[in-house]
Amino acid sequence: MSYRLRVDPIACEAHGMCAELLPECISLDEWGYPLLDDEPLEPALVDHARRAAASCPTFALILQRDRQDATHERRTLP
Amino acid sequence: MPAHGSLSLAEHQSLHGPLPRAARGRRRHLGLIAEIEQAGLRGRGGAGFPTARKLAAVAASRGRPIVVVNVAEGEPASRKDETLTRALPHLVLDGGEMAARALGAKELIVGVRDSALASCESLAAAIAERAAFARNEPRAQLVDVPDRYLAGQETALIAHLNGERALPTFTPPLPFQRGVAHRPTFLSNAETFAHIALIARHGANWFRELGTGVQPGSMLVTLSGPVLHPGVYEVEFGTPLAALIESAGGLCAPARALLLGGYGGSWVAAEHLRDLCLSEEQLAPYGASPGAGVIVVLSENACPVAETARLARWLAGESAGQCGPCAYGLEALTASLEEIVEDDAEAPTRRRVEQLLALVNRRGACAHPDGAVRLIKSAIEAFGSEFAEHARHGACTRCDVPSELPLVEGRSAEELRTRRFGPPSAMRP
Repeated sequence: MSYRLRVDPIACEAHGMCAELLPECISLDEWGYPLLDDEPLEPALVDHARRAAASCPTFALILQRDRQDATHERRTLP
Repeated sequence: MPAHGSLSLAEHQSLHGPLPRAARGRRRHLGLIAEIEQAGLRGRGGAGFPTARKLAAVAASRGRPIVVVNVAEGEPASRKDETLTRALPHLVLDGGEMAARALGAKELIVGVRDSALASCESLAAAIAERAAFARNEPRAQLVDVPDRYLAGQETALIAHLNGERALPTFTPPLPFQRGVAHRPTFLSNAETFAHIALIARHGANWFRELGTGVQPGSMLVTLSGPVLHPGVYEVEFGTPLAALIESAGGLCAPARALLLGGYGGSWVAAEHLRDLCLSEEQLAPYGASPGAGVIVVLSENACPVAETARLARWLAGESAGQCGPCAYGLEALTASLEEIVEDDAEAPTRRRVEQLLALVNRRGACAHPDGAVRLIKSAIEAFGSEFAEHARHGACTRCDVPSELPLVEGRSAEELRTRRFGPPSAMRP
């Protein structure tokens, strides 16, 4: 069972708790918004990731099970 | 398609024949969806998602579905949906009804801007004409859509129909799962519905008679710029762009480049014109795509760097302002381009622009920032010499030439520049 982190960019307000709690996976861009790599989480980091997600003031950080679902990330163009 | 006015129901039926009788029972939805799949129809709103796959996903979701015809057409250089719905409202409504019947949907909504007067009148009249027929189920409902670029984005339009602001939402859930009134929603571009109506009547093989093996059928394009007869054309996939321009009477001025797809699309240098053909596969090597069918020819009289800066400014202004990287990033990219145009002493390096592009790409809830990135990247690729000239000599003689691009009026540059990007509660109305 592998996990992945995802950010809801609408909910995110750049508080930066996630980067504080999980610097191994999350850094901040010049405006304070989180940069995640698009990789499954190392098993040893999953608990830390869960805590980071729970600490986000706006619930913008999401820990999700890794799915190979192609429609999951589909976005339509405006 | 009539150049003026619209086809009445009687004229429409004599041209196309009556709607095929819906199949009965469980096989009802399998028939149309299978036909659409065989036809290989893809959405005509810009993203080109396979229509049968979307229909099947809605059919497989829990809850009574709802069908939405998207005539928002917020793309400033596009006139195809307005023209199509003005001239052939019954074809679009047929497609909506057929999709609704195939999905077991009892509601059909048509979202259209009330500034598209001719379309609204035409659709309203057509809906009234159809009301006289007992078998007309479901009855289409016209809904006004705000006059903003993102209001036509799938999740934004659905949010609007749900009584919220017409701004994109985070996915999942995707519309096919939960959309209008939390029900599975089949939302597609007006032109897609027209093709659905034609495939339902004439079959997949008929549709596949035109186009290429990989991309069958035809699409509507809006051709603008220095051509003798700009306007909306129906073109089969695979058509060389040079041939399209020929049939539009040819160029009236030498072309520097073409903007393909939309304002979030791609510039391609005119030197490639003789090799460009209208299909995903044939445009991909040039970093372009048919998109929403926008084809803008830019003449050699314009400054392509200045025009790109204007487009960036417009795209930044149309950001929903919901996602930091898009709100801040498009503003920063626009400021960079404007500094390059003016040759400010602080003009950013190419490395800085590329850093911004990487920071912005795919970091929003919708594909709006991705479009801006695509546009600016393609400008850097196509207009290397003009960018270099600006770096050496600053503003050029063509910078002040009036823009050749249709840009939506309404918000001043000052208003856009002073917009603040606060937390969601402080967003502009």
